[in-house]
Amino acid sequence: MYNFELVTPSSVDEAVAALGEEDAQPLGGGQTLIPTLKQRLAMPTKLVSLSRIEALKGVKSEGGALLIGGATTHGTVAREAAGQFPGLADLAAHIGDPAVRNRGTIGGSLANNDPSACYPAAALGTGATIVTNSREIAADDYFQGMFATALEEGEIITEVRLPIPETSNYQKFEQPASRFALVGVFVAKYADGVRVAVTGASNDGVFRWSEAEAALASNFAADAVEGLSAPDGSGMISDLHGSGSYRAHLVKVLTKRAVAAAS
Amino acid sequence: MTKVSMTVNGKSVSGEVEGRTLLVQFLRENLRLTGTHVGCDTSQCGACVVHVDGEAVKACTMFAGEAEGAQVTTIEGMANADGSLNTIQQAFQDHHGLQCGFCTPGMVMSAAALLKENPQPSEAEVRDYLEGNICRCTGYHNIVKAIMAASGQDVGKIAAE
Ligand SMILES: Cc1cc2nc3c(=O)[nH]c(=O)nc-3n(C[C@H](O)[C@H](O)[C@H](O)COP(=O)(O)OP(=O)(O)OC[C@H]3O[C@@H](n4cnc5c(N)ncnc54)[C@H](O)[C@@H]3O)c2cc1C
Ligand code: FES
Ligand code: FES
Repeated sequence: MYNFELVTPSSVDEAVAALGEEDAQPLGGGQTLIPTLKQRLAMPTKLVSLSRIEALKGVKSEGGALLIGGATTHGTVAREAAGQFPGLADLAAHIGDPAVRNRGTIGGSLANNDPSACYPAAALGTGATIVTNSREIAADDYFQGMFATALEEGEIITEVRLPIPETSNYQKFEQPASRFALVGVFVAKYADGVRVAVTGASNDGVFRWSEAEAALASNFAADAVEGLSAPDGSGMISDLHGSGSYRAHLVKVLTKRAVAAAS
Repeated sequence: MTKVSMTVNGKSVSGEVEGRTLLVQFLRENLRLTGTHVGCDTSQCGACVVHVDGEAVKACTMFAGEAEGAQVTTIEGMANADGSLNTIQQAFQDHHGLQCGFCTPGMVMSAAALLKENPQPSEAEVRDYLEGNICRCTGYHNIVKAIMAASGQDVGKIAAE
């Protein structure tokens, strides 16, 4: 790992100021960034740790939404969202392993936007708002392809606001080696419609399966998905773990399972 | 270099570290607490698990500077005050929960974290909790058995598959 300066500010303002320097980068839980640094795939001159900023931590509910601080760990979400939003708590409880969940954060996961990560499915599947130090971004505008987001240089995710659904479920088909999602599907039912977000499958990263959303809006049952053809596999990730058409098939299977579990 | 101070196994310690110094390096190289192992360095094996402020973390995936002021417990801090093995360690010995022993420090630290939050876990819960701890020797059965035994449960029925 190349060397850098590590700073641990205690407020968002100090962090934003420190990030104003060239080649400075935020450090969330480090569960993605530290392995990346070890491989010398990044060489920041300064890492600005967000882990001491209390204002960025915690889970609360307000106006029908769950508000999660950007530096809140997966472990905290798994515990604290369980009562109000069990679908999300369950997703958080199955990210990596306990030690990863004790460090890794929702902001880091969404900023990284790994095409196989779990949280992007929840953010898109609830129509969440990604709040940063400077603006609010709708999830539909935030995800811009594999590892690409609407975030600007030095911009930090301070909060994620997820509208709490009537019912929801996340189905993750684990890639057996990494245990990331080979395919993951998040289904959320609201009074005014259903959202279905798919991670792990597309070359463009997380996406909404709109045909399933339409079918489920009129009939929220696994049978409603049965009649649909699986999404087109040609734009899907094809690697040694599974072909594009296999992933497309899984999207349909997992959507049915998620609906059945949420019904 | 910057100065970092923390409490490790109940003792106040400090040392000079670089930004990139990992907690595991600080423990092993500065403090010479070599019980915490590095098995992969890619955040996957769990040989480096320690407790920071009571929570299990991978010491290879946290910077020493992030542990400023923290309470850290390593495998060296697990034995009873008189130096005898604690309940979990003794159960690993009794149930043959180790062969080469390389993964064992991380296994014991993860097991301790599990039993703190779930004092009587089921076999499935133990296996699930150990997702991030890899063992190349034992095949896990005796590790699971040891942890179940350490939680005071009857392990007679857990047969090797
Ligand atoms: C063994 C292992 C298994 C894993 N399994 C899974 C899994 O099953 N599913 C899954 O989804 N993930 C998995 N992960 C990834 C894990 O969830 C990471 O915690 C997460 O992807 C990144 O979060 P972090 O807080 O650790 O971010 P970091 O690693 O600190 O940072 C990641 C990126 O985000 C930036 N960043 C961090 N915080 C912010 C912020 N608040 N605002 C703006 N930018 C920020 C950083 O600059 C960096 O570019 C796994 C990781 C490991 C090591
Ligand atoms: S050495 Fe830390 S997880 Fe393997
Ligand atoms: S006992 Fe050898 S790696 Fe586990």
